[in-house]
Amino acid sequence: MGDQRAKRNEDKGQGVSPTREMPPPDDVSTVSLLRELVAHLRKNRTQLREEWARRITAAKLLGAMSSEEMFAEATSVYDNYVEVLETGAVEALQAYARDLSERIIPRGVETDEVVGIVLLLRDVLARSLFAKYQTDFQLLNRILDAYEPAANRIANTVAVGFVQERERIIRQQQEAIRELSTPVLQVRERLLILPIIGVIDSQRARQLTEQLLRGIRTNRAKVVVIDITGVAAMDATVANHLVQTVEASRLLGATVIVTGLSPEIAQTLVTIGVDLGKMNTVGDLQGGIEEAERLLGYKVAPFSEISQQPI
Amino acid sequence: MEVPILKQGLYLIASIQAALSDLDLVHLRDALAEKVGKFRARGVIVDVTVLDVMDSFASRTLRDLAHMTRLRGAETVIVGIQPEVAFAMVQLGLTLEGVDTALDLEEGLAFLDKKTKRHPSRG
Amino acid sequence: MANEAVVTINTDADVVAARQKGRELATELGFVSTDSTLLATAISELARNIIRYAKHGEILIAPVQSGDRVGITVVARDKGPGIANIPLAMQDGFSTSGGLGLGLPGVKRLMDEFHLVSDANTGTTVTIKKWKR
Repeated sequence: MGDQRAKRNEDKGQGVSPTREMPPPDDVSTVSLLRELVAHLRKNRTQLREEWARRITAAKLLGAMSSEEMFAEATSVYDNYVEVLETGAVEALQAYARDLSERIIPRGVETDEVVGIVLLLRDVLARSLFAKYQTDFQLLNRILDAYEPAANRIANTVAVGFVQERERIIRQQQEAIRELSTPVLQVRERLLILPIIGVIDSQRARQLTEQLLRGIRTNRAKVVVIDITGVAAMDATVANHLVQTVEASRLLGATVIVTGLSPEIAQTLVTIGVDLGKMNTVGDLQGGIEEAERLLGYKVAPFSEISQQPI
Repeated sequence: MEVPILKQGLYLIASIQAALSDLDLVHLRDALAEKVGKFRARGVIVDVTVLDVMDSFASRTLRDLAHMTRLRGAETVIVGIQPEVAFAMVQLGLTLEGVDTALDLEEGLAFLDKKTKRHPSRG
Repeated sequence: MANEAVVTINTDADVVAARQKGRELATELGFVSTDSTLLATAISELARNIIRYAKHGEILIAPVQSGDRVGITVVARDKGPGIANIPLAMQDGFSTSGGLGLGLPGVKRLMDEFHLVSDANTGTTVTIKKWKR
């Protein structure tokens, strides 16, 4: 663990070193160097933080934030950064990165901006180290040896935290969209309508069934009309899901009426040998609702009589 | 665990209180088949609200129960199957075919009233 | 992380114990209730198969992790006679005894992963997995 793995260009200081799996600062001199470094960064906090904020603005990063907001975030990132350098513990930083991401993602902040600001901070701090230790080249070198792995680890932690949070939000949104796209509507007491629109895959079919079953229970529904007019195609797996939905609803005591089967879907159902005896189908949604109301014991007048229009 | 069976008018109501072993279920089936004759019951309600799993054995025993009581002159309705349980059942291919089901006890009673024509519903 | 459990399957009461263990672990790991029910039902069927076809066996229920996915794996093992014709047993609608059957295709449908090894000498091992959503 103690070998020098980072080879660096001596006159540049911005060299690339491995970002993953940095060993924690375990040897005594590294620890004391980091301590000296931390003291320097704390002492010059105000000035370095302002320099960093200036660079962020110049690079047009975090444009979605007001300058006050940006400065407030920059301050807490700065303090967290220094703390990680001091303690070597990234847990607090991880938590902070998640929290920060949660706040700034809805504002439209992009991954490259987050990575950008952290790299800028790394740069600002490195430059201040140059300025401070330029007279003692040996010491500068050792300070940078201690600083770089830690700084890279921080950059890595923040970037990964941000990306993970973004992925989590995207997953959550997908979930929400799926929920939205399968609304279970109560049209009158004991009657639910489930209009399905778009592409149904196995996962959505499953979700839809779960939602419907819960809906039946909470609304005490006796009849459900599933309208699949808006479904273009249905493969055997999804057709089987549909049959299962019908059967599961019956187990809860509800009758299902399926409406709006296209000729193609009807053909699929016949081809895969779906037991049509179990499936109560009516041509269109209007007819399905009439049938449902009849099952519920309502008296139904034909649509043409109500509208008094010759058809 | 023994399932209590209550007599209410012409109906017998078996309300399952906790998870049942296979043996408990078989006892319930036999007890109901016997009591239907003894009390000259017209209907049976089995309330399975508390069951969090209904596997092949439970399904088959309930189906047998319904068929046995029917042969003895009473209609059976299974009430209270939970949404998740129903979801798991159909995926296993357990659909309680030929067995009547209702949402809960209240619905079960209404169903039996209709089916046994105590209060024939109008047209 | 939660601990694994091994339930010895000898009587029909053990079927209930095994599925309750499965549900406990699923709840502990934060499974949605539908998935806990699917898992408990699958365990119930596997335990039932052990009693019916092998008399004795055991069921291991353990948490698994793969990347950032968390799940539960269930291993149902017996030293019974084995399944003579696996493809037939995995065919939907197949049952050896009027509706009770092996129920293995059903179990497979309830789970995300399903693996079956069986022969006359060593018995039957069914391994299933369900991932947390």
